Amino acid sequence: MASIAIRDVKKNYAKTQVVHGVDLDFASGEFVVILGPSGCGKSTLLRMIAGLEEISGGTIAIDGTVVNKLEPRQRGCAMVFQNYALYPHMSVAQNIGYSLKVAGVPAGERNQRIQAVARMLELEHLLERKPMALSGGQRQRVAMGRAMIREPKVFLFDEPLSNLDAKLRVQMRSEIRKLHRRLNATSVFVTHDQVEAMTLADRLVVMNGGRVEQVGTPGEIYTRPASRFVATFVGAPAMNILEGTVERDGLSLLGGSRRLATARVGLPVGTKVAMGIRPEAVRLVAPETAGALKATVDLVEELGAGRVIYVDLDGAPFSVMTSEAVHPEPGSTVGLKISPDDMHFFSSETGTRLDVFKASVPEPAL
Amino acid sequence: MVERTPILNFFTHLILFIGFVFCIAPFVVVAIAASHNLKDVNDVPMSLLPGSDFWVNIKTAWTTADLGPKLLNSFIVAAGVAAGKVIISALTAFAIVYFRFPGRIFIFWLIFVTLMLPLEVRIVPTYAVVANVLAPYQAILDATGLSWLIEKVSGVQVSLNLGLLNSYTGLILPLVATATGTFLYRQFFLTVPDELTEAARMDGAGPLRFFIDVLLPLSRNNMAALGTIMFLWAWNQYLWPLLITTDQSHAMAVTELKSLIPNVGGTPEWHIAMAGTLIVMLPPLIVVVFMQRWLVRGLIATEK
Repeated sequence: MASIAIRDVKKNYAKTQVVHGVDLDFASGEFVVILGPSGCGKSTLLRMIAGLEEISGGTIAIDGTVVNKLEPRQRGCAMVFQNYALYPHMSVAQNIGYSLKVAGVPAGERNQRIQAVARMLELEHLLERKPMALSGGQRQRVAMGRAMIREPKVFLFDEPLSNLDAKLRVQMRSEIRKLHRRLNATSVFVTHDQVEAMTLADRLVVMNGGRVEQVGTPGEIYTRPASRFVATFVGAPAMNILEGTVERDGLSLLGGSRRLATARVGLPVGTKVAMGIRPEAVRLVAPETAGALKATVDLVEELGAGRVIYVDLDGAPFSVMTSEAVHPEPGSTVGLKISPDDMHFFSSETGTRLDVFKASVPEPAL
Repeated sequence: MVERTPILNFFTHLILFIGFVFCIAPFVVVAIAASHNLKDVNDVPMSLLPGSDFWVNIKTAWTTADLGPKLLNSFIVAAGVAAGKVIISALTAFAIVYFRFPGRIFIFWLIFVTLMLPLEVRIVPTYAVVANVLAPYQAILDATGLSWLIEKVSGVQVSLNLGLLNSYTGLILPLVATATGTFLYRQFFLTVPDELTEAARMDGAGPLRFFIDVLLPLSRNNMAALGTIMFLWAWNQYLWPLLITTDQSHAMAVTELKSLIPNVGGTPEWHIAMAGTLIVMLPPLIVVVFMQRWLVRGLIATEK
């Protein structure tokens, strides 16, 4: 178990900078997920922690020791790779035990530990097989066994589930979670899959363009996204964003073609904002309902438990997720009811969250 | 797309068969000639029905050319070249692919240039070096005046001499020093996924450990392919062994065949020469038969 302290870490490749000064602290035993689109620097950050990538600036400390100049083997990290990276010519047992062999652990003890790990991962019957003869899920488990056997201070996962099919992914997800509860080692997990991120993380780090956008629990990230990027990246379908201007008693949206009457914006009049609303927070009502936005239905996606309704709001795309038994026909007109409590506001210029001082504005009488 | 119709099948097999006959015909003629006696082999045209003296001719060729020790020499040299080549190729390719050191590109090109300078081109300087390996150092000492200085100071005349003529080392080393294998290995190492290297680093394996535990086992097929090709190539060397073996005890089988070929005005014993040829061809054939599975795999690469 170990804490990790990342201070102003930067990474340059030749002249392009891919990580711009990241500051993060991971507590001992925490399961941290780094989430971001491809190319956001999340893997690079992970590889810098592992020691596979040189650190261009700043420091990384594991358990208080700065590890910038240490070889991977001296850092006490184990890593699970995206393509498993199993040694193709070695059996499962040899793959799992290789790090112990390198470390000079005697064969007897080595075998015991291989057995113990195999039992935990239910690989006992496969120990003599070569990786070629294993299924994707089994390979993934071997890769995890290889990481576990060293009893590392830190587990690093580099998108380990992205090569698995959907069903296995869900299964491995819960297995990783269970393992973490059991081993309780500090874990850093990199992914671009938000469902994976939300379900696994104690704490979530959202990265974009080589910078940290937000750090928080999955709940915080979902309910109070710190920026427009986080708001649209986390949550599926993505949060709707409508550009608008704050008025005295509501919002003027889409260049003034729509008005949303609400007295509870709590931002200075005239502020240009991007108003965000989650599809699942929008209610479908009859088009004539007072205060509702009228929209034309484009497409209905059936999800079984609910459906996503894509509507057209004067040319702006907008989606609504509902679990109610409503089935609007494409082309028909619906009303969208948006509660002020569910609105998020982001600065039109910088994209950062604008905090609303709800308390200072009195509730209007309906 | 591969099309399969009976007519197409027939024609492909026909072409294949013609090619096969084309390749095998000279060998058949050699084998038949080796089975005739002195009179039959010199008939014009030579009878294409095998004669009855095959084993007699083989025995005569074996004793006349003293092929036993010569085959052993050939085997030692060919195996030595194959082994040396595999080792040196794997090591150089490992250095070039996995390490970033100053002058890496320069060294890479230096190795590349050796491809353009086969042994035949640089045979005279190579002979000079093998005749006295230390000659270049002697030259340096002489040119810088160091040997003069040493002689003045200590009264010892510096004369470095290490000759490799008529030795296995002298036969093998110049044949080992070319770049072909390095490139074969380089291409193979480039196909080894980076993640494997990184996994080994995470597992705590240093470069040498990674080389021995991961790269070498993975390149088994390449090793077999390169080894086989180099064995054949070295076995068939003619010019170099001819040049540096003045002593019969180090002569190689292929060069010794010449002693079986009838001289102008001598008895036209072509049947013996052909029998000797057959004997000398046999060991490489056996090697190919044994190695062919790995040879093919190593050359067509991509085993997943």
